Amino acid sequence: MCVLAHVLEAAGIATVVLASSRSVAERMAAPRVLYCEFPLGRPLGHPGDAEFQHDVLRRAFALLESDGPVLADHPEVIEGIEEGMSCQLPPRFDAEAPPAVDEARGIRKAWERAVEARGHTDVGRILDGADGVADALAMFDRIANGAHWKDDETIPGGNTIAVCHDIRTYYEEAALELSDGPPPAGRAMEAWFHEQTEAGKTVMAARAAIKDQEGPFPVWFYMAPAHR
Amino acid sequence: MSAGDIAMRNMQDGLAVPTFDDPAWVDPVPLAEATVAIVTSAALHPAGRDEFTAGDTSYRVLDAAERNLVLGHWSPNFDRSGVKLDLNVVYPIDRLDELAADGTIGAVAPHHLSFAGNQPDDVATIRHDTGPAAAAALKAEGVDVAILTPV
Repeated sequence: MCVLAHVLEAAGIATVVLASSRSVAERMAAPRVLYCEFPLGRPLGHPGDAEFQHDVLRRAFALLESDGPVLADHPEVIEGIEEGMSCQLPPRFDAEAPPAVDEARGIRKAWERAVEARGHTDVGRILDGADGVADALAMFDRIANGAHWKDDETIPGGNTIAVCHDIRTYYEEAALELSDGPPPAGRAMEAWFHEQTEAGKTVMAARAAIKDQEGPFPVWFYMAPAHR
Repeated sequence: MSAGDIAMRNMQDGLAVPTFDDPAWVDPVPLAEATVAIVTSAALHPAGRDEFTAGDTSYRVLDAAERNLVLGHWSPNFDRSGVKLDLNVVYPIDRLDELAADGTIGAVAPHHLSFAGNQPDDVATIRHDTGPAAAAALKAEGVDVAILTPV
């Protein structure tokens, strides 16, 4: 963002950056920066809170009054949380299927309602909808249980990052329908997926297996957030 | 801060960054007369087309009326639930419409731009190629002010 600020400024466009890293913004000396210590992925702070978003914009645009380079801090810090959101998962239905596959099939209706409500889905980087997610989880279940990742020719596109994106997104979209609690705080949905769902556990087990099988770093590492 | 955000911010603290000697500075027109555009690094693209590849250094042009947008970012290291609840938490397009309606800003630009935030450390292509092209595109549409939102 700070690179683009300099580039835009050179073209005659005044810029204000909402920075998510104070250190980077400081060292790159972008012209006008409002540092916001909000959960990464939420630069305007709170989803669904127009008043707060306007407050961020008001403070950002106020920096246009400055006579020279300026880096200000938004006074509010928004904490992400470690605990997974509360979200009920379906009971076991098909004892023959791996738990994650059974679970993914069980939340299909919720996912379809979510897609209907939003008008589109973010699933589809490589997998084809709910069936694609279930098939991919079956594949990861085989790898977690001893199959070699290279022998399994069903990793779609050979791209574990895209596969994991689609699985997590399918769950996160379904969770919007399954949860009746307040909107999740930053990363609460990520924690729910990785710690509470069978799919998340299967992804983590497959990730560990590919690492143990000495798969290349990018193949397994980016299957989950770095701190996991 | 959550463990994931701490890990990412610590990583960014140690990141080598490009420097700009003699950086440009624009004295902006009054905000109430300014045409404002959003430039985001959330890798937003219209649903079903113009997807971002991993390591994509190009940008997408978003029509100001478009809301059916997908987050095409390749990094797993940030919250993705917020934008599913409210696009404005990364792309405050409805907020800009409101600010234009009440006269705080002059106008909302007809198009906005989206890059992908996961980039090579030197950011050379954006700095020397796609960034200047994006800037020229905004300038050609009369944009005076850009608000940059990171993901």
